[in-house]
Amino acid sequence: MSTDSAPAAQEPDHPAIHAPPPGLPALFLAFARMSLAGFGGVLVFARHAIVDQHRWMTADEFNETFALCHFLPGPNIVNLSMVFGSRLRGIAGGVAAFTGLLLPPTLIMTVLAIIYARFGDVEVLRRILAGISCAAVGLLIAVVFRMMTPLLKRMDVVVLILMLGVFTAIGVFRWPLQAVLLIAIPLSIAVTYVMRRKVAA
Amino acid sequence: MNSQNPIWALISTFGLMSLFAVGGAAAAVPEMHRVAVDVHHWMTDKQFADAYAIAQLSPGPNVLIVTLIGYAVAGIPGALAATLAMCVPTALLAYYVSRLLNRPNQSRWPALIQAALVPLSIGLMAASALILAQSTDRTIAALLLTATVAVIASVTRVNPLWLLLAGGLLGFAGIV
Repeated sequence: MSTDSAPAAQEPDHPAIHAPPPGLPALFLAFARMSLAGFGGVLVFARHAIVDQHRWMTADEFNETFALCHFLPGPNIVNLSMVFGSRLRGIAGGVAAFTGLLLPPTLIMTVLAIIYARFGDVEVLRRILAGISCAAVGLLIAVVFRMMTPLLKRMDVVVLILMLGVFTAIGVFRWPLQAVLLIAIPLSIAVTYVMRRKVAA
Repeated sequence: MNSQNPIWALISTFGLMSLFAVGGAAAAVPEMHRVAVDVHHWMTDKQFADAYAIAQLSPGPNVLIVTLIGYAVAGIPGALAATLAMCVPTALLAYYVSRLLNRPNQSRWPALIQAALVPLSIGLMAASALILAQSTDRTIAALLLTATVAVIASVTRVNPLWLLLAGGLLGFAGIV
């Protein structure tokens, strides 16, 4: 990944082309910034920073990296920081992104824990946080829509049906995650395999 | 077990839990509740609910609810121990799996599997958006705010932070 480190390869009007890989301090700062902006989840800001702002990955690369981290155990975005950082700069890059993501919010969270232990809850704070969380859901919907666009452009009907199926099973029917994935994962792998053979033939 | 050293109890609990938490932090919350409230009696039910709200609405990954649980158990060392135990093992696992999948002289299966997971992953994200919206958007005003933010963030490149700040202001004004 990211073998072309020549800065000359950058063309602003061509979104498929990578920016040069960032240094370790830049990685740390980028993840610290997206983490601190990430009220109600960091994914929105991670995608914004990595794909739109810095162009360190294309939309498809981001989808595939996130999907991998989504299906491995543990917090997705923490996994993503490690995998993403190490794909760009090796293990040191992974550690830089990981600490950037976790260090600042952990400090804030510790302060909040101390405040909470002293003061319990404050009504005004609750109202503000409620407003923020409404906006955060809107942002989540937007990021899902943006992640969907490469799939929509390709108009892969089977892939879209799979996506819709998982959404309906989990979101609408609230079926248990494990059962849904136990069926959906083999099905999706089989479909992808058949489609790629067709393209190759 | 290990009642004499709460730090060790935190590390073993969350280290183990993280390795079984497929589907992310949100999927592990019911298990965290069971362990922290029912099994170890580290917190009351209300304390746990408050910790969840604070973690949801604070900056940073939502998994940092474990920082709050750790603090309730053993102060600042507990907060650090719980956070690291929840995050380090799976990050290392992800690192090794990703390296395995991206070795250059490999069959096409890893790329194929990764591509096959994409639509499922997006479907899951869409489902959590729906579930979150159902619990957050209890009023028409809240629903409108969510919909407006969704449209603005989809069609423009405005920094998401401004939209969150606008939401906070509307909440402060008592509108949503």
